[in-house]
Amino acid sequence: MPMKVVTGNYAAAYGSMRARARFVAAYPITPQTFIVEHISEFVSNGEMDCEYVEVESEHSALSACVAASGTGVRSFTATSSQGLVLMHEILPTATGMRLPIVMAVVNRAIAAPINIWVEHNDIMPERDSGWIQVFCDNNQEVQDMILQSFRIAEDKRVALPMIVNLDAFILSHTVEPVDLMEQEAADKFLPKFTSPSHIIDPDDPKGLGVFTPPEFVQESRWQVDKAMRDATKVIAEVNAAFVKQFGRDHGGMIDPYMVDDADVVLVTMGTVSSTAHEVVDDLRAEGKKVGLVKLRFWRPYPRDELRKIAEKAKAVGVYDRAVSFGVGGPSFIEFRNAAYGLGVPTVNFIAGLGGRDVSSADIRFMYERLLETAKTGKVKRDVVWIATRGVEQ
Amino acid sequence: MKLKDMPDEELFTRGHTACAGCGGAIAVRNLMKILGKNTVVQNPACCLLVFGGTYPWVAWKVPYQDVAFENTAACATGMKRALKTRGKDDTVVLGIAGDGGTADIGIQAISGAAERNEDILYVMYDNEAYMNTGIQRSGSTPFGAWTTTTPVGKVRSGKANFKKDMPSIMMAHNIPYVATTTVAHIQDFINKFEKAKKIKGFRYIQVFAPCPTGWRHDTAKTIEIAKLAVDTGMFTLYECENGKITINRKPKMTPVADYLKLQGRFRHLTEADIQKIQDWVKKKWEADEKFAQCRSQ
Repeated sequence: MPMKVVTGNYAAAYGSMRARARFVAAYPITPQTFIVEHISEFVSNGEMDCEYVEVESEHSALSACVAASGTGVRSFTATSSQGLVLMHEILPTATGMRLPIVMAVVNRAIAAPINIWVEHNDIMPERDSGWIQVFCDNNQEVQDMILQSFRIAEDKRVALPMIVNLDAFILSHTVEPVDLMEQEAADKFLPKFTSPSHIIDPDDPKGLGVFTPPEFVQESRWQVDKAMRDATKVIAEVNAAFVKQFGRDHGGMIDPYMVDDADVVLVTMGTVSSTAHEVVDDLRAEGKKVGLVKLRFWRPYPRDELRKIAEKAKAVGVYDRAVSFGVGGPSFIEFRNAAYGLGVPTVNFIAGLGGRDVSSADIRFMYERLLETAKTGKVKRDVVWIATRGVEQ
Repeated sequence: MKLKDMPDEELFTRGHTACAGCGGAIAVRNLMKILGKNTVVQNPACCLLVFGGTYPWVAWKVPYQDVAFENTAACATGMKRALKTRGKDDTVVLGIAGDGGTADIGIQAISGAAERNEDILYVMYDNEAYMNTGIQRSGSTPFGAWTTTTPVGKVRSGKANFKKDMPSIMMAHNIPYVATTTVAHIQDFINKFEKAKKIKGFRYIQVFAPCPTGWRHDTAKTIEIAKLAVDTGMFTLYECENGKITINRKPKMTPVADYLKLQGRFRHLTEADIQKIQDWVKKKWEADEKFAQCRSQ
């Protein structure tokens, strides 16, 4: 299909249609609303064969998906910010029942103060929910990852729900050229739905989510832990299959750029990655050996991949669009854990909260601080708040 | 179906761990006999979740799912739509929750599903408090009742507010079927579940289900107390089919004191409190009767 110029929200909705999601329950919230609207248009026009439920809250949206997926139907939903916070209770339920639900999350700040722009603090509380999570940095990736997500989530070795993250407005409302996939191509890539888990079936009575005493729960937790670890392999396989069929490679667990000979490396998530990419080119032209890692998968966490890169670097910076108050950015905390014992100086950069723009100059500052750190071997300040009034960088 | 024709086969079997005399367990056992095997169940956090099965022992002989507390109607929606997608539209989807899970924390989800007229049967078994967590006040707890969060103290005693009228709230959604029944009026119970089973769209049945543990009454008196609730007018038996209301049994207007005195939760009530309840019953019955007359066509 020729390239079309579409928003990230359209790409997400289109991806769910091409994945033949047969059940969608969703609730509007800025900036996710257009996903809900596009899906209702697809359904109303007969383009998407789907039970679409206009539920009365995000909590009910995910609850209905848990029931529909648990009754053996491919299910999709989308939300953002406060909506995700409201859903929070139900996320681990989908995990525990091993339901391969796919959800698009348009990352937006959580109140207070109320703010509708990009921030990753909405998704961070879901870190331990047992959902596989990927961050996108362009609209093509959004469409492609929706399709890939179903294949990853429905793999019997995984059987876990999955979230596709996209930055509010920067992707959700910004048009970009996207190669919208044909139905035949999507069908070739994603097999017809068969649940990897036990389902509700009147002909084969089973209980899902049954009250369970301490004698049995720990093993079920271990199974989820193992599935999350095994997902790493499945993610790589699915990416390879996607590259082979569609010729587009968004990277597997991470997407590294110019890291092989880099003195310093910056680890980013979401759309800041694209800006950082440009800055790396500029700095390389100036003869500075800088590299970039786009952290794609947040769960499972690419520990081994990052450790390999950190082993060779003289300093590593981690960019966060979120903060764990009093500690630092969540991505930074994870990275330090992954790099434990390597002795590589690490610096955390917090920027772009509440939708504040992260400019090339901001990223250049991060690299310069890293180069200085590599030179001295000393970390001047471990958590640096970028361009924050009254705060020294 | 007559009582004597009720199937012998149990779809909610013996071996469950409900307290002796549990009204909820009686309700579930009987309604499952009427709904039959081609039924799937959504059951949230409530006593039934626990006494109905603790892995690996389960009393249900039909598929069931436990998701959370406040979302029974949303989950039943998902189940029904998925069954439809799979070509199993004839399967009855039963959402069954307690009064807390329905009238309090679950009211948003039930209101949404009712407004959408989802094809599900929703049962609220009404034991008038949060029994599973140990007898805390709910919106369905009657005036004056002792609970662990409306204790009998020196400056206040029992619940200060009257019971939430959940069936009226459901009737306001203009759904095809709303009914009230009790575990004691078994023929009425059978009639209503048989009828609800056949109707398409959202059906709501509220089953009055005494709880000896929480109401502090003799475990042998569950049925007697449920009968008295109707005879005194504390609980009205009626049904609303496509907007038409039928009162199934007129209260005998037995003094409410006869009902209250059998239950320890009302032991502390003063004469004035009892009179207040008697006045409430009179007013409530008059309103129910007038409303039914207005909507008798």
